[in-house]
Amino acid sequence: MCLGIPAQIVEIVDPRAKTAKAEIGGVRRIVSCALLEGEAQVGEWVLVHVGFALDRLDEEQARETLQLLSEMGEAYEREQAQIRASGEGAA
Amino acid sequence: MRYVDEFRSGELARALAAELVETMPPGRELALMEVCGGHTHAIYKHGIDELLPAGLELVHGPGCPVCVIPVGRVDDAVSLALEPNVIFTTFGDMMRVPGSKGSLLDARSRGADVRMVYSPLDALELARANPEREVIFFAIGFETTAPSTAVTVLQARAQGIENFTIFCNHVTIVPPLKAILDAPELRLDGLIAPGHVSTVIGSHPYDFIASEYGRPVVVAGFEPLDILQSVLMLVRQLAAGRAEVENQYTRVVREQGNPRALEAIEQTMELRESFEWRGLGSIPKSGLRLREEFAVWDAEHRYNVPGVSVPDHKACQCGQVLRGLVKPWECKVFGTACTPESPIGTCMVSSEGACAAYYHYGRNRPKRA
Ligand code: SF4
Repeated sequence: MCLGIPAQIVEIVDPRAKTAKAEIGGVRRIVSCALLEGEAQVGEWVLVHVGFALDRLDEEQARETLQLLSEMGEAYEREQAQIRASGEGAA
Repeated sequence: MRYVDEFRSGELARALAAELVETMPPGRELALMEVCGGHTHAIYKHGIDELLPAGLELVHGPGCPVCVIPVGRVDDAVSLALEPNVIFTTFGDMMRVPGSKGSLLDARSRGADVRMVYSPLDALELARANPEREVIFFAIGFETTAPSTAVTVLQARAQGIENFTIFCNHVTIVPPLKAILDAPELRLDGLIAPGHVSTVIGSHPYDFIASEYGRPVVVAGFEPLDILQSVLMLVRQLAAGRAEVENQYTRVVREQGNPRALEAIEQTMELRESFEWRGLGSIPKSGLRLREEFAVWDAEHRYNVPGVSVPDHKACQCGQVLRGLVKPWECKVFGTACTPESPIGTCMVSSEGACAAYYHYGRNRPKRA
């Protein structure tokens, strides 16, 4: 129950009550945006937990993390390739 | 961008795992605690444990909100549910947790009106729709969940809904971590900190773990690559002899957390003198209750709550599981008398419980070296 799930805001239901409709893994449900800074916007990604948007997901940061991950992957592949190319070694 | 699939690449996972092998300080055995039950679940679901190098062990922590509720509090909930005219609402997982006189599900079969809700707001809505009834919401969870309860209480007040109360069992994450770090029986080299709790509280509250206990901490996301990257970040710190708080989950967690969520908690709740935890005993200033000015919405104020401490079932080792001292398969009743269908302890009930994760994903014996 403690899991938060990434969801996309698809519709603002009631700006005064701070409710919006979010698509959570293919299901649409009304969530409260009372914990978000400022107004929720359609298209924004948020983390939903027990019916509340707990915070926004930072797209820029997500990209950076993925970039870092893929660089780690690439560095490893390169090293592997070098090892393969070096043959069995001297000893 | 979907924030999920991108963080599940099997190819990258293997690359990270290989890098881990190379980063491991030679000849050392490392034990890292994943504090959060959500991480425990993800680790077994995605088989991350099988990608880890020899000599690196993951120890499961106390961060499962259902698991840490002691038997006495379940009994209190059952007693509240049996009050006349009450609709007792709870998250699904709490329904099956056994108390000393049965679970909430058993109470329902004895005539109590117990209903499952997904959100505290659904419980408030029930109160609005049933003005002649009294609706109680069984509030559990760490700082991740407390703000939702807080906002719900504020809405009840704003809308003048007074047939609605909270049975408040919210807990905070730092005191049990301190208790675990202070315990002499367990040696931990580093901590994988709970990502979603940190969304609310930020990464600052863990600073003492690095500065006072000299252990590295990495705040981690919940996808397989998040967890693997966090483990790698911890091992890198350990290999370099560093102990710092790092944040892997930058797409959601900021250093200062979510100020609005913290403010909602602060406005409505205060720390109890002490709160009893399953397996960890009573910990001072570790549980939250509603402030005096919200007494109208406080079930402990409006009803007679037994409030008696009740020992665990004799066979149950949840306490040791929650402190990382015992692996689920070491418990004598694991998978035999205790299964998700008929649980003896909490750790088998919630999907975030270590026993349930081991059971569902077939980890019923020690990993082969
Ligand atoms: S197997 Fe059941 S009784 Fe044993 S520790 Fe796990 S939940 Fe508790």
